[in-house]
Amino acid sequence: MSDRPLTIWEQAQQKGYSRRDFLRFCSWLAAAAGIPTSAIGQVVRAMDSKPRPPIVWFHFQECTCCSESFLRSSHPLVADLLLDQISLDYTETLQAAAGKQAEESLQNTMKKYKGQYLMLVEGAVPLADGGIYCCIGGRTALDIVTEAAAGAKAIVCWGSCASNGCIQAANPNPTGATPIHQVISGTPIVNVPGCPPIGEVMAATIVYLLAFDHLPQLDQLGRPKAFYSRRVHDSCYRRPNYDAGLFVEAWDDENAKRGYCLYKMGCRGPVTYNDCGITRWNNGVSFPIQSGHGCIGCSEARFWDNGPFYRHLPSFPGFGIETTADKVGLAIGAITAAGIAAHAVLTNIRKHKLIQQEIEESEPPTASNEGGT
Amino acid sequence: MATRIVVDPVTRIEGHLRIEAEVKDGKIVDAYSAGTMVRGFEKILIGRDPRDAWAFAERVCGVCTTVHALASVRTVENALGITVPPNAELVRNLMFCAQYMQDHVVHFYHLHALDWVDVVSALKADPAKTSEIARSISSWPKTSPKYFGDVQARLAKFVESGQLGIFANGYWGHKAYKLPPEVNLLGAAHYIEALEWQKEIVKIHTIFGGKNPHPNYLVGGMPCALNIDEANALNAERLAQVGTLLDQAQQFVEQVYIPDLLAVASYYKDWAAIGGGLTNYLAYGDLPTNGYGDPSKFKFPRGAILNRDLGKVHEVDGRDPDQVQEHVAHSWYEYSGGDKQALHPWQGETNLKYTGPPPPYEHLDVDRKYSWLKAPRWKNHPMEVGPLARLLVAYASGSGEVKELVDGALKSLGVAVTALYSTLGRTAARGLETKLIARWAKEFYAQLLSNIKNGDTRMFDGSHWDPSTWPAEAKGVGMTEAPRGALAHWIVIKDRMIANYQLVVPTTWNASPRDSQGQMASYETALVGTPVESLEQPLELLRTIHSFDPCLACAVHLYDESGRHVHRVTFD
Repeated sequence: MSDRPLTIWEQAQQKGYSRRDFLRFCSWLAAAAGIPTSAIGQVVRAMDSKPRPPIVWFHFQECTCCSESFLRSSHPLVADLLLDQISLDYTETLQAAAGKQAEESLQNTMKKYKGQYLMLVEGAVPLADGGIYCCIGGRTALDIVTEAAAGAKAIVCWGSCASNGCIQAANPNPTGATPIHQVISGTPIVNVPGCPPIGEVMAATIVYLLAFDHLPQLDQLGRPKAFYSRRVHDSCYRRPNYDAGLFVEAWDDENAKRGYCLYKMGCRGPVTYNDCGITRWNNGVSFPIQSGHGCIGCSEARFWDNGPFYRHLPSFPGFGIETTADKVGLAIGAITAAGIAAHAVLTNIRKHKLIQQEIEESEPPTASNEGGT
Repeated sequence: MATRIVVDPVTRIEGHLRIEAEVKDGKIVDAYSAGTMVRGFEKILIGRDPRDAWAFAERVCGVCTTVHALASVRTVENALGITVPPNAELVRNLMFCAQYMQDHVVHFYHLHALDWVDVVSALKADPAKTSEIARSISSWPKTSPKYFGDVQARLAKFVESGQLGIFANGYWGHKAYKLPPEVNLLGAAHYIEALEWQKEIVKIHTIFGGKNPHPNYLVGGMPCALNIDEANALNAERLAQVGTLLDQAQQFVEQVYIPDLLAVASYYKDWAAIGGGLTNYLAYGDLPTNGYGDPSKFKFPRGAILNRDLGKVHEVDGRDPDQVQEHVAHSWYEYSGGDKQALHPWQGETNLKYTGPPPPYEHLDVDRKYSWLKAPRWKNHPMEVGPLARLLVAYASGSGEVKELVDGALKSLGVAVTALYSTLGRTAARGLETKLIARWAKEFYAQLLSNIKNGDTRMFDGSHWDPSTWPAEAKGVGMTEAPRGALAHWIVIKDRMIANYQLVVPTTWNASPRDSQGQMASYETALVGTPVESLEQPLELLRTIHSFDPCLACAVHLYDESGRHVHRVTFD
C-alpha cells in the first residue's frame, strides 16, 4: 500500500476522466454544498490535492436506518462515493471482512491514518451497568468509541441516536443510552440528526468535509446550518393553508384530500428544524407532510417524549411558561409554544381570533403519556 | 480436539451478532449464536398512546423498515376491532412488496454476494466472455464487452490505489470461491447496478409514506389521501410513478437478480447439501387479498410444517397460549417462576439480567447464558422462519403459483426438492419469492386503480380513532411476514394506554440461543456440519449465517426501576 493515497484528481485521471469532466464534477460539488460559482476554483484545488479520505463507520445502539438512508443518496451516488471518493475502511453493514479481519481493518486505519481519518457514528452508547448493553468483539461501545475518537480528525454523528439519543434514550431510557457528544470531548463533532437523516443530506455532509476540509457552519446544537436552520413549517409547501386557517380536521376528510395543513393532526413542523421541505426525500420525491402525515419531529432532541404524536402541539398558551426541574420534558413544549405564538402573531394578525380559539381548545402538555386527545 | 472460533462482529448484517463455533476436522461440530446489543424498547412503549406505537416499533429496524409499523398498526386494529378500507390494505401491500424487493436485492448483492463472488478475481476476467455469459442468461440491456471492461477498469484502479475500503481484508482467493473470473465480474458489475437500483424502488414508500427509511403509517388506514383531481394528494402523477417503479422493479428482478442467482447457484450445488438446519418451518403469512381478517386469502399462506412433512400444514394461532412461547434458560433474563418456564407473550415476564463475562471478554460462557435474545418456540419446537419457510408452507398448502415456480427452478438447476433444505435453498427461496412479489405487486396496483375508477377513494376508517370509543381493556395480536420471516406484535391496552407491548421477531426465532430443553434454533443447527476449511478465514460459516439474512437490531426484555419484571419484548 502506498503511504500517500491517490488524490481524487489522480484517480479521476486513472479512470479516464478528462479535466473537463473533473471540473464539471467540482462545479456540481460546489452546487451541492451551496458554494457560489466564484468559489469553484477553491473546490477544484481542494479536489486536486486530496487523497481518498479514510473513513470508519460505527454502529452502536441503532436500527441501521441511517446506513440505509445513506444508500439512498442520489447525488452523489453511493457507489461513486464508495469506489471513487472515499475509502470506507470499516462498516459492519457493507464490509466484506468479518470478525477478526474486520477488526484488523479498523485497527490498521486507526494506526496508519491517526489524526486523519473521519469517524462516522450511527447509534447511541449505553452507559448503564458498565456498558454491557452493547458489545462488539467483546468490547463495550464506550470503549470502542473512546479509542476511535482519540485519533479521528472529526466525528459525524449520523441520525438522532448518535446526535441526541433518539428512541433508546426515550423515557425511561433503560440502558442509559447517551449521544456521542456527551461521551467524547476534544474531537470536533458534527451532528446530523433525523430518524434517519435524509440520504442526500448525509452524502452532502461527507462531500462538504471532503471538498473543503473544514467543518460546515454549525448551529449551537452542532448541526450543519445548511440543512437545519429552517423549521419544516417555514419551508412547507402547505404553509399557505396554515396562514389561511385551512386545516385537515380528520384523517382522510375532504380537507385531507385537498392537501390542507396538518397542524391540527399533530404536525411537528412548527418545532422541527430539518431540510424535509426543501431537499425532500429520496431524490425529492416527497416528504411526510406531502404524503399526508404530519411531521413527527424526528430530528429534534427528545421528540419521542414530546407526544402523543396526534395531539396537536400545545398551542399558544402564551409566553413565559414556567417549568420545574421534574418537568424537563416540558421545556421543549414551552419553547415551542412561545415560538409558535410569536410566529403566528407576527405573521398573521388576522388569525388572532382563530389562535385564541386554539389556545382554549388545546390542552397544556403533561409529563405523563396520556392516551387520547 | 475441537477448536473454538469466534466471529464478532458478524458483518454484512443488521445489528450485533456474535458466533462462537467449535470446529473439528474441518467441520463445525457445535455453535452458539449471541445477540450482543439491547435497547429497552418495551419499557419505552409502556404508557404511550397505542396509535403512536407504530412509529416506535418501526424504529426497531431500519433495514426491514415498515414491517414493524405494519405489524404494529395491525396489532392495535386487532385489539380495537378496526377493519381498514380496501385501498389502505392495497397501499400496505404495495409498500410490503416494495420493501421485499429492495431488501432481498440488497441482501443478495450487498450482504450475501461477497460470500460467493470474489471481486478480486474479477480483475482477471475477459470482459468479452462476461458479456457472452450475461447475454446467454438474460435480456438485460447493459451487457456489452465495453460495459464490463469499464467496470473492470474501475475495480482495477480501486484495487491499485491500495485503499481497498469496504473490500479490505476479505477472504479473497479462498479455495471455497468457485466462480470463474468472468462470473465474478458479472457479480461485481451488478453489485454496483443493484446499489443504484435499490434507491429507486423505495420511492414507493416515499410516495405513500413520505420517506424511506421509516415511512409513515396510521392506525385505521393510511395517511396518504387519494384525490385524482388534486395536486396535493395521491393523484394520477403519483400513481403513475408507482406503476413505472413497479415495472422497472419487475424488470430488474427478472432480468438481473434471478438470472444471477441461478448462475451463481449452478457453481455451488454442493451447498444444496449444507446448512439445512431445523426441520420445522413457520409462516404467519401475509399479503391479504380479502382483508387482513381472512388469512385463507393471503398470497403467502399461514401455517407450520413439522419434520419436513409437506403433506401436513399445521394451523397457527397467535392467541393460543400454548403455541408461541419464549424461553430464557440461556438468555440474559430471569423468570420469577424459574428459568425452565416458557411463557406466551401475553404472560411474558422478564428481568434483564446480564450474567456474562465482564467486557472486554474473549469467550462467552456458553454453558450458561450467552445472548440478549430470548428463545421463542412454537408448541415447544424450534422453528425456522423466513423465505424458505414461506415458500414451503405455500408449497405444502397447494399454491399452484408457488409450486410451478419452485419446481421450475429445481428443474433448471437439476436438483431435487430436498435441495431446498440447505444454505443454497434458503438463498434461492429468497430470490424466487421476490419474483412472485414483483408479479403480485402489479396485481395490487391494478386493483387500486380499479377501486379508484369505481369511485372508492377511502383510505381510513375513523370509527375507533377517538379513544373514547375504546373499551377499558383490549388485547391484540398483529402478524405479518417480515422479509426475514414471521413477525408478530402483542399488545394490551388499558385505560387508553399501552399496558404491555411485545414483539417476537424473525431473527429471534432463527438466531435464538438454546431453550430450557437445550434445543438449538436455526442458526446453531444449520452451522453444525458446515465446513470450515481455514480457521482463520471462516468463509463458509458466513455463507450459512448470511443465508438467513440476520437482522439483530434488538432483543429487549424489561424490568422496572426496582429491578422487578414488568414486560418483555424481542426484536430482530
